[in-house]
Order: sequence, then structure tokens, then C-alpha cells
Amino acid sequence: MDLHYLTAHELGDLLQRREVSAVEVTEAIIERIKAVDGRVQAYLTRTAEEALEQAKAVDAARARGEEPGPLAGVPMALKDNLCTGGVRTTCASQMLAGWVPPYDATVVRRLKEAGAVILGKLNMDEFAMGSSTENSSFFPTRNPWDLERVPGGSSGGSVAAVAAGEACYALGSDTGGSIRQPASFCGVVGMKPTYGRVSRYGLVAFASSLDQIGPITRDVTDCALVLGVIAGHDPSDSTSADLPVPDYRAALQPEIKGLKIGVPREYFGAGIEPEVETVVRRAIAKLEEMGAICEETSLPHTEYALPAYYLVAPAEASSNLARYDGVSYGLRVPGKDIIEMYMNTRSQGFGPEVKRRIMLGTYALSSGYYDAYYLKALKVRTLIRRDFEAAFSKYDLLATPTSPTVAFRLGEKAGDPLAMYMSDLCTIPVNMAGLPALSIPCGFSQGLPVGLQLIGKAFDEATLLRAAYAFEQATEYHRRRPELGVA
Amino acid sequence: MPITTAEVEHVALLARLKLTPEEKAAYTGQLNAILEYMDKLNALDTTDVEPTAHVLPLRNVFRDDVARPGLPREKALAGAPAASEGQFKVPRVV
Repeated sequence: MDLHYLTAHELGDLLQRREVSAVEVTEAIIERIKAVDGRVQAYLTRTAEEALEQAKAVDAARARGEEPGPLAGVPMALKDNLCTGGVRTTCASQMLAGWVPPYDATVVRRLKEAGAVILGKLNMDEFAMGSSTENSSFFPTRNPWDLERVPGGSSGGSVAAVAAGEACYALGSDTGGSIRQPASFCGVVGMKPTYGRVSRYGLVAFASSLDQIGPITRDVTDCALVLGVIAGHDPSDSTSADLPVPDYRAALQPEIKGLKIGVPREYFGAGIEPEVETVVRRAIAKLEEMGAICEETSLPHTEYALPAYYLVAPAEASSNLARYDGVSYGLRVPGKDIIEMYMNTRSQGFGPEVKRRIMLGTYALSSGYYDAYYLKALKVRTLIRRDFEAAFSKYDLLATPTSPTVAFRLGEKAGDPLAMYMSDLCTIPVNMAGLPALSIPCGFSQGLPVGLQLIGKAFDEATLLRAAYAFEQATEYHRRRPELGVA
Repeated sequence: MPITTAEVEHVALLARLKLTPEEKAAYTGQLNAILEYMDKLNALDTTDVEPTAHVLPLRNVFRDDVARPGLPREKALAGAPAASEGQFKVPRVV
């Protein structure tokens, strides 16, 4: 039995029945990482010793007759923008290359309380800015389905690790698609919960009105389990919603008869690969066959979401990243006075895409341009929200492709920022409206995974999970594993 | 061309970035291409549309004004590039 390819709930069952120990499982996955990470390059930092200590503690608790819960002893890993007290957190940036946070993010604390075994920190685009993980200042991560292709981004290390058997599940963050697009490229399940559903305390901020943390897993049941652990109000994050967290696992009923699903035509427009469209339409037909009522609909402002996003997100980023000044933490490059010290530090600490977005955001917020760019984008954001409000007065869910293409080749879009931004065409509107959405494997094109995106009403992750679970039960795509070769 | 090299230099100064001549040239071209794409937004009439800064119906969040433990000073200073006498140390300002 390949322990490294079991799901978290399968491993949890074995652990609860004492058929394996948490130490055995953890050792098996550490071996797997040693065997394949040279090719995949998902990990920035490995914490094998700490992981084995956490596994021993879970085994000891079970030996005492305690039952610490379904995720206890299951090995996982974290995107490297989630703070881990005592373990370096780099955001894949030279700015934070040597930084060790003084505390755990709330999601990390909650996972530890649930007995999670943390294997390490995963690669990403620097400060989560990118769609391919090529913007990591350390090295690119590779797609386990074809090592010459990107895993997507920015949570590329997180999805690649889960797809390659190097972690049973992972957490990522999603500002414009950074969980869902890579999940689609690597054939795993990735969810961006509703804005406010999961505390962001200890997530390194990129664009605060858009960022959300979510699970990356091998199936929908694991997605429900992990969301149940990380969701909920946190006094340390004033934007976390004070709402009850439902039992997401109980929502997993493979029954979608009568569920109303809208299919917005704008998501199948120019730029979509014909075979991706075919695969996604076939998946929607499957949902229909299972009893869902699927209808074409329209979200007329969709085409404005991307340009509005690339004003709002860089504007917020330029403000959030002002804190990297060489004073309180992170890199310092000396200068003759304090201004030169700031400028030297920021110029050497940030990579090209981060600087590009800081420049764009600073420009959009600067005197004389604020109304024309930033304020205009915020008004367009209102129109995008209204599109979704109108759609959700008729439908329970919306179904779209997750990305217009399958995984592209390393270097293919690296020189053209706009072409790279287009990769998030289908995911960005969801962040602008703050809604929950997930990507599930729904087929293959050229041997590469294709993702189906389901979008839900605010705080209704349960319906999203139910439909995704029903689809998964009726299909086999989530069971395929990559060969870690070159296609 | 909405942005000139001089404007790129001005924005870089505001953002406290020191750009090489190659970076200035590259960003001028790229920012122009990106902003040209943004001009698409001007096709929409948004005169009477309220801006959305934030999607949650939250205005402000208060808690009781009671002191509670925060990050201890030595932990807050542990990541500092330079510290002395319990404070962050920076180059001379005045």
C-alpha cells in the first residue's frame, strides 16, 4: 500500500483503527519527499524532525486511549506565506529569506490543535504574485504531470506536493485564483472559501480585501474536513466573520437532484482552449445527468474583472508591502541615510513581478490618477458583485472552467505579464465578489488535468462541497496519479 | 503613451524603489501595455455606482478596552536587522 497517495480521511481511518502509526505514515511521506522532490521542487523548507515529534505525540495520545480527531497524525504542509513560529517563512522572497516569525498563524495553530503533522513550507510565487510559481526567488516548482510545465500559481508548491504524494494535503492562499488555478493544473481539489470564513491572522498580506486561505486536497471529503478545522471567527482578524461553522462533512451527500446551476457564457469566451471547453461542458452535462438543472446564464461585466483586479490588488499590495523597509524584520541593505537604506533594501529584496505590481499600485493610488484608476476599479467591482447577486437570485451554484488552458510550459509566459494575468480570467471575478469557489478535477486534455470551477453563494460552502462530492462520486478523475515524468 | 520614463522615476521614488536604467525602460513599456488594457474600464459608465472597497458588511469592529498581553518585546525585536536597548535601530535621521 502506498501510504503517500492515501487521502487524509483514508489515513485518518487507518490511524484511528491503529493499523498504522502516525510515525510510520510520517516516515513514509518523508521518504517520498526524498525520492521525488529533487524533480518536483515543491519544498522550500522541510521540518522532518519537528514532524516526527508531532507524530510521536499523536501516537502517544492514541496509546493513552485518547482520540485526537480525524486529521491527527496526518502529514501536511503549508504555503510559505503562512507564519510558523520558530520555522522560517520566506514568501519565496529574498526580503524574508532568513525570517523566522515569532508566532503561528491562526490556521496553523488550529491545525496543530487538531494534531496535524507539519512536514514543511512550500514554494510559491514571490509574495503570492504570479500564476506559475516561476516568480519564486529560489527556484521554480514543476508540474508532476509534466515536469517541463508549470504547476500554476501562486500556490504551485502546495498543489504540486499534494499531487506528487509529498504531503497528504496542504494550505494555500487565493487572492485572484492562487489556490484554484494551480489545483486545476495539477489535478487536485482546491477551495477558496468565502471572504471572512477563515482567519487571515498570520497570513503575509498581499491584497487585504481579496486574500483568503483555503485547503488543497486529493478529494472533496478531505476539503470538507480541513475547512472544518480552519474555518471560524478569530478575534485577531477583524475581517473574519462571526458566523457558526456548519459540519461540512455532514454536507457531503451525493444528491444534487433539482440543484440549479447557472453556466455563465462569458467564461467560455475568447482564449479558452477548445479541448478545455469540451471537457468542462462534458462535466456540466454529467451534473445535469445526475439531476441538476443546468442553464446558460450571463455575468455581463466579466470582461472588466481582470483589468479592475489589476488595479485593486496592486494598489493594496503597494500599501501592504510598504512595511518591508529594513527596520523591524526581514532584509536590510545599508545606505548612507535612512531613505537610501529603504531604497537599497526594497530594490534588492523584491523581485521583478513584485516591483512591477508595487509600481502599478503606487501609480494607481498617486495624486492625479486615483479617481481615474483606483476609484474607477472599485466602482467596477460593484458592478461585478451585482452580476453575481443577480445570478444567485436564480441559481444555487455557477459552473465554469477554472482556467482557460491546461498547464503551460515553463518560460512560455514569463516575458509577457499580461498573457500571464489572463490565466486567472475565470477565478478573479470570484475574489472581487468575495464568494466561495472550488476547483475539482473534471477530465484531461493532452494528458494534463482540467479543472471544473463551482462558485457558491457567500458562506454557503456546504452546497459547493455537496455538488463537488456528488460529481466526484460519479467520476474517477480524482483517482488518477501523475507519473512524474515528461509528457 | 500614458506613462513617461520621468513618471516611472517619480513613482519609483514614491514606492522607495531604486530602479536600474534597464528596469526603468522595461517598466515604462510594461506599465503602458497594462494601463492601455485598463482603459477598457472607461467603456463603462459608473457615474452613479458606489465603490466597493470591501465585500463584507463590516464597518468597524470593536472590543472592550481592556489591556491584554501582546507580543513580548524580545520576540518583537528577534527578527530586527538591528536593535539596541530594547528598540529598533535605524540610521541617523536628523
